[in-house]
Amino acid sequence: MKELEYPFDSSYIIKKKRFLKRTLLSEDTKRIQKKIAILGGSTTGDIADITELFLLNYGIEPVFYQSEYGRYWQDGVFDNPELEEFKPDIIFIHTSIRNIIRFPDVTLTREQTEEIFNAQTEHFVTLWESLKEKYGCIIIQNNFEKPYYRLMGNRDSWDYRGRVNFVSRLNMFFYDYASSHEGFYINDLDYVSSCYGLDKWSEPSYWHLYKYAMCVPAIPYFCFNLANIIKSIYGKNKKALVLDLDNTLWGGIVGDDGVDGIEIGMETHEGQVYTEFQKYLKEVKSTGVMLNVCSKNEEENALAGLNHPEGILKPDEFIVIKANWDPKDRNIEQIANELNIGLDALVFLDDNPAEREIVRAQIPAVAVPNMPAPEEYIKNVDRSGFFEITSFSADDLKRNDMYKENAERAKLSSKFTDYGEYLDSLSMQAVIDDFLPIYLPRITQLTNKSNQFNLTTKRFTEGEMEAVFKDNSYIRLYGKLSDKFGDNGIVSVVIGKQEGDTLDIILWLMSCRVLKRDMEYAMLDTLVKKAGERGIKTIKGYYYPTPKNKMVSLLYKDFGFELISEDESGNTLWSMAVEGYKNKNTHISVGGNE
Amino acid sequence: MLSEKEIYDRLNEVFRDVFDDDEIEVEADTTADDIEDWDSLAHINLISAVEEEFGIRFKMGEVSTMEDVGEMVDIIKDRCLE
Repeated sequence: MKELEYPFDSSYIIKKKRFLKRTLLSEDTKRIQKKIAILGGSTTGDIADITELFLLNYGIEPVFYQSEYGRYWQDGVFDNPELEEFKPDIIFIHTSIRNIIRFPDVTLTREQTEEIFNAQTEHFVTLWESLKEKYGCIIIQNNFEKPYYRLMGNRDSWDYRGRVNFVSRLNMFFYDYASSHEGFYINDLDYVSSCYGLDKWSEPSYWHLYKYAMCVPAIPYFCFNLANIIKSIYGKNKKALVLDLDNTLWGGIVGDDGVDGIEIGMETHEGQVYTEFQKYLKEVKSTGVMLNVCSKNEEENALAGLNHPEGILKPDEFIVIKANWDPKDRNIEQIANELNIGLDALVFLDDNPAEREIVRAQIPAVAVPNMPAPEEYIKNVDRSGFFEITSFSADDLKRNDMYKENAERAKLSSKFTDYGEYLDSLSMQAVIDDFLPIYLPRITQLTNKSNQFNLTTKRFTEGEMEAVFKDNSYIRLYGKLSDKFGDNGIVSVVIGKQEGDTLDIILWLMSCRVLKRDMEYAMLDTLVKKAGERGIKTIKGYYYPTPKNKMVSLLYKDFGFELISEDESGNTLWSMAVEGYKNKNTHISVGGNE
Repeated sequence: MLSEKEIYDRLNEVFRDVFDDDEIEVEADTTADDIEDWDSLAHINLISAVEEEFGIRFKMGEVSTMEDVGEMVDIIKDRCLE
């Protein structure tokens, strides 16, 4: 919904929140439901209402628990049957500088200040540990905004007695905690309030009148920031950029002005702006976002523009380059197909409002931010939160290479008439074995991101995955696949639960980038072998249909399972005997953990 | 200068947006008791929306003592004169 995309009109959102909610709920969209507990140190009413709008827009339907006003700590630390009953997926601790118990003052010694600091950090650590132990769910914690007055002026920033200094130190403490604890995220209130403007953000009347931690018109910015963390946790980030060229990546029109005539490089002001944007995009790419081109141009001219000596992004930085005169929506659909990702994983950047409108109208799933002037490109893309990073796996960093390798594999496959011969030519090697602790974040991430090749679409939090990892009644398998073009990293996860001599496969997923490589057979072979070693006689498989996983509706049939039952919503149950199973994989050489 | 009628027309629009109800007609003696959803949370949204609509800020004391729509209109008239 355009009204909820950056840059939004925050007054409009506040005024029309009921209308917006009604409109969102009337859309026929499938949404995942999540229970979010807000433990507030200030008023939370609009925080919940407005966050709900952004989440609904991201395909997440939240149910909220809100603590009594200001009781974030008591509600979290002491017995709380209501919250236990609620079973939160996420606990969000909405504290601000208003909740700091005691600031240092100028009469204190360094030691006394240290005591105050330790008391404050212990206050939070007690809360976090207690929540982790009781609820084992994701925790999102606000950091602190800057104080709105400075008793000592500039000295407040560095002197140990200064409030600004105290808050900065508390924030650093929070960051250390976040970097050493899985499933703990910081909502960067400090940054959002800076962008908004601290004076306006902290206007005291909103606290004194309503007990809001920030001014009411700022609430949408705060909630948007929070919603971006949540949607990222649940795998709803964008994955790829589709970029126009003329007046988007450089100034001018390469077909008319010639390569020498376009604005890029440090020679002119305009050229500098585009150079900075290209540098930014290269940084975005380094986080695993895939870059693609969709430009109305002769391909020759497009490539010449990208090969401009002053340019930062050269042709080989892109996965797919579409430079032709076809409608852009059609090109974008093809790009999604070639990358094998959904349209809803794409962001399209184009300076031309007419092109943006066509794409918005034809393929509404694609995000199309406004691009009013080149000097605002970076801000508009960055603040939109398309690529909010909550978990960071080595595979994310390599994703561009992996997709590039896939393109090369596709080229190779066209040379073979026999598909098996092609598979053999790849010299594939897999590691398939029980989980290793270092892989748990990636494995958890896969369970939250994989939609297509996913039989049960069961999502796991890091805490839940850790519980599975420690429980011996599970057979756990991860699969890594590499070939002569490169390493695909962890691409498949299977989890089965043993009940006597039966194994229930509660999770079977695979990344679509290794479709049709027989990796699923290799996984099955290992699963059956491990099951046999444990004395399991029967393996049961489940398929639960979603709008995205049709491709695996008959996977178990293909595996040789027998259909046991099917209910009216299309859920199917399959079964296979361990005895008499014959290995299916013949093209991949399989090893285990070192 | 804003006429009283113009203020009421614009206020009605704001009330209708905030409460998502096109039937609302406010008058000088309308209070929170007359509109079902007008609770303390909605009051905050309403004040913000009115401030935005007329480009004014209510003072803290005014927000806490305003008794009915008529008082709100008086303040808007005053503020727009300044």
